[in-house]
Amino acid sequence: MFKQKNYLALGAVVLVAVVLLSLPTRATSRLKLAVSSWFLPLFGLAGAGQQLPADLADSLLPRRELLHQIDVLRRENQQLRSQAVQGAAIARENDQLHALLGWKQTKPWKLKLANVVMRDPANWWRTVQIDLGSRDGIQTNQPVLTNDGLVGRVSAVSYLNATVVLIGDRDCRVSALVDNTTHDVGVLSASGPLDNSFVQLSYLASTANLKAGQDVSTSGLGGVFPKGIPIGKIVDTQTVEYGLATEARVKLNANLGALEQVWVLIQ
Amino acid sequence: MNFFKPALILGFAFLAVFGETVLPAPRYFLGAQVDLLPALMVYAALYADLVTVSLLAVLGGVWFDSVSANPLGISIVPLMAAGFPMYVRRDLILRHSPFAQFMLGAAASAVVPALTVLFLLNGGKEPLIGWGSLWQWIVMTVVGALATPVIFSLGDWCSGALGYKLRTEVSFRPDREIHRGRQ
Repeated sequence: MFKQKNYLALGAVVLVAVVLLSLPTRATSRLKLAVSSWFLPLFGLAGAGQQLPADLADSLLPRRELLHQIDVLRRENQQLRSQAVQGAAIARENDQLHALLGWKQTKPWKLKLANVVMRDPANWWRTVQIDLGSRDGIQTNQPVLTNDGLVGRVSAVSYLNATVVLIGDRDCRVSALVDNTTHDVGVLSASGPLDNSFVQLSYLASTANLKAGQDVSTSGLGGVFPKGIPIGKIVDTQTVEYGLATEARVKLNANLGALEQVWVLIQ
Repeated sequence: MNFFKPALILGFAFLAVFGETVLPAPRYFLGAQVDLLPALMVYAALYADLVTVSLLAVLGGVWFDSVSANPLGISIVPLMAAGFPMYVRRDLILRHSPFAQFMLGAAASAVVPALTVLFLLNGGKEPLIGWGSLWQWIVMTVVGALATPVIFSLGDWCSGALGYKLRTEVSFRPDREIHRGRQ
């Protein structure tokens, strides 16, 4: 049944696996990103294929519809400009008050837009890959968000692309603040393997004043995520550890299952 | 040596991994992403040589792990563990029977993720596992089982359409033809 040739092949495959698994973490990370970049040309083809019907549809849009859309966008642009002017005035006032009180001034966020090009094919991890890398100034542990809220953090970077570990994965723990009177702070931890729109908020005090619908945002503790990035809303709570602590289920603002474009917070 | 079949299998494995990273539909509708590498490994184990089976285990595992948060190389041994026993015993398997293909696909699709998670836990990693994982495992097994006969049909069609077959000797030899009748 077993020939020597079979043993040799089996041994060679196991040896390759052992060698790869025993490589240093940094080398493995670089090797993974290098191998995953082999798929990038296929993404270009797939993207072009998806863009073709959209381009055809765009060319068939009537002029009246286009003019209407331009009008709507102009109005929206004017509203946003007035809000930006108002925001800038508030920011100036905030800076002056910070200076008067001697507080450390918070820097404005610098964001870079990235396309999500790959999702983790394994069901037991929650990661995605984006098309920005070290050449674009991306570094590990930079927060990643959408317009709706926090998504995760950058976990590995190569020259052309980077891996983002999403909230709900065990490698992405976030210190979170509940927007209530007692400002309870907890840690967002892993969620169930099936539903990625909910996460657990753990390590809350048993006296925490939690109610459904309260907003949850980053607390700024831990040094990775700046304070104030919205995360989601509390759905329900339960006491754990024989009444010594409280846990809450949080519905995420960002839809992690339909990520197409994300912002990477550079500073 | 005919390189068409190994190239076909490895090319399909590359495309399968790519498809798993860009097609989120199975996650929306079934709650789990399906993996076609075990089903492809069944095809390779029953129709290709040992080098192809080994290359599929190594390259398929590396490609899968490179786009995943798995440690690089952890999927190699589970894929080989699914394909190697089938390769060794393939003379005893009714490989042309769709039912046999279905059952072998189910076995391979069940063994590969289970072994991978076992290795991850053994290596101190913390994959997302809960009761929902049982559903995901069932989905992966059933879809992998259903995909296996399809992959067999596709592979046979591609081999027939694009590959070449070895020239077989016929028993007829013109120099030994018996001429009947008077010369």
